[in-house]
Amino acid sequence: MLDPTAALRPKAGASDDERVIKLAVLAVGGQGGGVLADWITDVAERNGYIAQSTSVAGVAQRTGATIYYIEMARDTGRLPVFALSPSQGDVDILIAAELMEAGRAIIRGFVTPERTTLITSSHRIAAVSEKIEPGDGRASSEKVHATAEAAAKRFIAFDMEKIAAENGTMISASLLGALAGSDALPFTRESYEQAIGAGGRGVEASLAAFGAACDRACGIAAAPTSEKAAKPAAAEPKPTAKVSGPETLLKGWQQLAARVAALPQPLRDMAERGLKKVVDYQDIAYGGEYLDRLDKAVALDDAERGYALSMAAAKHLANAMCYDDMIRVADLKTRSTRDRRVRKEVGVKEGSVLQVTEYFHPRIEEFCGTLPAGLGSYIESRPKLAAFLDRRINRGRHIRTDSFTGFAMLWFIGGLRRWRRRLLRHKVELEHLERWYGLALSHARQDYALGTEILNCRRLIKGYSDTHARAQSKFDRVLSALPMLKGREDAADWIRRLREAALKDEKGDMLDGALKTVATLGDSPVQ
Amino acid sequence: MAERSFAKEVEKLRLGAGEEFAGEGILAITKALLQCGVGYVGGYQGAPISHLMDVLADAQDILGELGVHFEASASEATATAMLAASVHYPIRGAATFKSTVGTNVASDALANLASGGVTGGALIIVGEDYGEGSSIMQERSHAFAMKSQVWLLDPRPNLPSIVKAVEDGFELSEASNTPVMLQVRIRCCHVHGHFTAKDNKRPPMSVADALSAPRRDTGRIVLPPASFLHEKEKVAKRWPAAVDFIKSRKINEMFGPDHGSVGIVMQGGMYNSVIRALQRLGLADTYGDTDVPLYVLNAVYPLVDDEFLAFCEDKQAVLVVEEGQPNYIEQAFAAMLHKAGRGTKLVGKEHLPMAGEYTGQVMLDGIGSFLRANAPHLLPGDVRAPNKTGEGVDTADLINVVPGRPPGFCVGCPERPIFAATKLVEQELGKHHIASDIGCHLFSIMPPFELGATTMGYGLGPASASAFNSPDAKRRSISFVGDGGFWHNGLTSSIGNAVFNRNDGVIVIVDNFYSAATGGQDILSSRANNRTKSTKHPIDEAVKGMGVKWLRHIDRTYDVGKMRAALRDALTTEEKGPKVIVASSECMLNRQRREKPLVDKAIKGGERVVKPKFGVDEDICTGDHACMRLSGCPSLSVKSLDDPLRDDPVASIDQNCVGCGNCGEVADAAVLCPSFYRADVVHNPGRWDRFLESARRAVIGLLQRRRESRRLMFADA
Repeated sequence: MLDPTAALRPKAGASDDERVIKLAVLAVGGQGGGVLADWITDVAERNGYIAQSTSVAGVAQRTGATIYYIEMARDTGRLPVFALSPSQGDVDILIAAELMEAGRAIIRGFVTPERTTLITSSHRIAAVSEKIEPGDGRASSEKVHATAEAAAKRFIAFDMEKIAAENGTMISASLLGALAGSDALPFTRESYEQAIGAGGRGVEASLAAFGAACDRACGIAAAPTSEKAAKPAAAEPKPTAKVSGPETLLKGWQQLAARVAALPQPLRDMAERGLKKVVDYQDIAYGGEYLDRLDKAVALDDAERGYALSMAAAKHLANAMCYDDMIRVADLKTRSTRDRRVRKEVGVKEGSVLQVTEYFHPRIEEFCGTLPAGLGSYIESRPKLAAFLDRRINRGRHIRTDSFTGFAMLWFIGGLRRWRRRLLRHKVELEHLERWYGLALSHARQDYALGTEILNCRRLIKGYSDTHARAQSKFDRVLSALPMLKGREDAADWIRRLREAALKDEKGDMLDGALKTVATLGDSPVQ
Repeated sequence: MAERSFAKEVEKLRLGAGEEFAGEGILAITKALLQCGVGYVGGYQGAPISHLMDVLADAQDILGELGVHFEASASEATATAMLAASVHYPIRGAATFKSTVGTNVASDALANLASGGVTGGALIIVGEDYGEGSSIMQERSHAFAMKSQVWLLDPRPNLPSIVKAVEDGFELSEASNTPVMLQVRIRCCHVHGHFTAKDNKRPPMSVADALSAPRRDTGRIVLPPASFLHEKEKVAKRWPAAVDFIKSRKINEMFGPDHGSVGIVMQGGMYNSVIRALQRLGLADTYGDTDVPLYVLNAVYPLVDDEFLAFCEDKQAVLVVEEGQPNYIEQAFAAMLHKAGRGTKLVGKEHLPMAGEYTGQVMLDGIGSFLRANAPHLLPGDVRAPNKTGEGVDTADLINVVPGRPPGFCVGCPERPIFAATKLVEQELGKHHIASDIGCHLFSIMPPFELGATTMGYGLGPASASAFNSPDAKRRSISFVGDGGFWHNGLTSSIGNAVFNRNDGVIVIVDNFYSAATGGQDILSSRANNRTKSTKHPIDEAVKGMGVKWLRHIDRTYDVGKMRAALRDALTTEEKGPKVIVASSECMLNRQRREKPLVDKAIKGGERVVKPKFGVDEDICTGDHACMRLSGCPSLSVKSLDDPLRDDPVASIDQNCVGCGNCGEVADAAVLCPSFYRADVVHNPGRWDRFLESARRAVIGLLQRRRESRRLMFADA
């Protein structure tokens, strides 16, 4: 292959005036890349350049990755011969409307350290493949940032989508602003603004986003290299939450808080968050139970191991104790804080009315779970009766929580909280919790890491109804490997691997594959 | 009504002599047709020529003024058959479609048209959907030109050249009594450029004139003995006439020095990429002035023997740049040299890849390799023996990071719930053989749905499942066809065939009110009022008319439960014969385009408007993403919570949500989770709305305060 970085070698006599500037835009269909290309072409023509833009319209634009390509040269009276698509190593300016598209541009060879100014919005639009993993399937933004720093001559990245949204417009406006601010094209800011103005629609909002992004890019362009890629600042530790409520409860809370304060320092933040979650879920006494359980892990732990076991316990105990039942859902949906959050998210303006519809689909399982343990198990043990009741219960219910009856119904269910300890679901969940926690702690005594990993397996349990059942099955399947791993030094590693495999797909096919591998481990001698 | 309005662009069609036209390549072709005095135009939409159809559809007034008849043809075969109007009458006609898929459909009419020949100029503009961004099988239109002996133009990809090719095409057609194909590649169709316009011309003879003075000539009709004469006429008269025209009018162009030891021959469409490669090799300047002799074939079929042989006269080696395979042109040139007993070495696919698009890098490598082997003295030293500059960045890691991003269903697409329902019904009844069709619904084959095993052509989804009809079968096949495909070909080839052959399968007709994938053009069953077309012909009626007995109509596809029930019934019913489900909901892209401005205006005007949007309660969502595995909606995505207790990102719905309802319906039908909510914002509420709201909020507020005063409240909870 010829060196792809071979730039245009002007023939003898060709002056700098005749240089062709090559600019490619990589976007996701629906982001308005066509508008951006039109603007850039217009800006070039306003500045006495001849410009040519091309694109590939059609189905590629239906949310897929698309490319727009522009070439321009100073108008010398003769028509240049422009190419119709970008070539590897032959792009001066690369604009990516999303971070992974910047990554794609680098992979495709459109970004070269000798000449390419890479301008990208740092926001992410997750691809379908990233979203459908039961775990966290998202691609690593850091890797793209790091490679881009090395691959581009200049790298300008910030969240241009946010700037666009803040100004009520599309990202094309802020991308144009970043291009103007980067000074990669020999055109004045005014000529860009004129091009936007000539567009005619939504000019004000576009100009505002353009201006904000232009200033931001100017700042980055002027800043030293290390600051060029503006990365989001690491989350600052939050100050201890404010608590309010009746005096007696507050007193109870303070006692619990004192217990947290007595825990080893590295553990306190997680323990306090966990405590808050369970108290909010149930009551002060429940918080006490949480800390009692946590103490068992802490007793096995020490600073040398970084309190990994207790950290995992603090986190997963809280999640396990706050299982998602009808009461919790109803409670969360009827809080005033929730009402405020929805209004903010939806952007309800003063003078408008908000109506909220919830989607419930209760089944006999949820119904029985909300009955006193004795009655619930009585029904569950009689399949005909259960099926009979299920036919009456099992259907989708759309409940309006802005209406009297809808709200009152959920408010009532949320109020069942005080009886929760006597209900069937609680009994089932607590048994499961004790089994899991006991198993983890007993393993932790011999193999600290393995105990920690067993605790972490709680991450697998999530979802409602069938999804929850599948999650439970994955959890059981992962832990089913424990006898096979008995005595192995790398048991913890294997449990971690199995858990990660379980989070890769819906049914747990990867997990089953991994389990087969584990089953063959016994054949080889223990290391 | 198409996805994009061309009201502004249409005005460009009125430009007069000397004025400058600025715009897309495909619009330039449209303008060129009018400048050539075209009498009628037909075609079928599809990238990359959809805009040509859309512009003409929006330009009915101008066409009316000029007496030009425009038709949105039922298929490419229809469009090509329409050119029959140029057989006996000296009327210029044009047909346009996507190639090669459209050419496949058109080839019956094309072969008949080519056999009898034409009197008036007949131009077929094919949008060559090849290479990056293409959505179809990778084949060449060239083969069609060769087999039917119609001439193929492949102009250099700039506006003046393609406009000239339209003019040349009509004249060539008339001079040789042969239809002419004008091939424009995908990027050339969308290239933005300029050309100097001419006045539009009224057709010297209109279709109305022809109707009032009918003509016939048995010798032009394809039936023996005339058909045998046609074959001879093609080679004895029409071919030489075409070659003469191409030669005398200098349709093919020469660039660079008159003499040289090497030369490059190329299809016109490749010219810009060849020049770019030469520029990068230091052998051409910005304007295309080059040191290498170039022979540019703006007409790629027929080839002109003596023109080529003259070009080879003093050359030791000649490179043929011909994109795609088989390499017909290279083979033809090789034969010419061989027969003429010439020693010039002819190379092509040795230096350039046999298959695949000739991208910038491919061209740079290929031409570089040709020149290094045959004319190293031309090359600058650093190209002759390249020292790789720079380290280059290692992207191996990145390849595993950056996710693929294939096209998929849009935000709020009404087809999404159809496939969610299909996935759910398969969870109950097991996997089925699913046949797909052409159209947006083909996105079902990708994650998250992964449904569909084959696609065999437009309207042929159910036809492609026709073999799966066995009395021993325990499961039925499911096939999909869109409304576009249904009217294009599906009604007879798929539905009629299934009825006639007593196919027992399930057929789902996806009715989104438009030919949506091609840009939202109206079709027979569109619900819109169309000024010039007859719409609102229900698919149900047509299906019934074909003899289908088991028919269900879902008039709101977002009702996932109902959709699933219909599929379940169709798959389990005792009834024999095809089970047809018509699933109708308007394409959301087009619906938004239609409704959004109206809604915004109504809100501004103080009218009561209810706007829906979906949301997720992040503290109820457990982050299992089951909802996304049944959706894939771009506005339903994942986000991290600022909470160390939570490992996995939760679902989140962004501002692009149009409130289609799929999320809620899927959560309900699949019994997923209660974290979705629909928020309807009532803009400009009436008095009753406001009264009810304040009463409700008072009571609800009371209940909330009551409970919240008795529990601990965490400020950030």
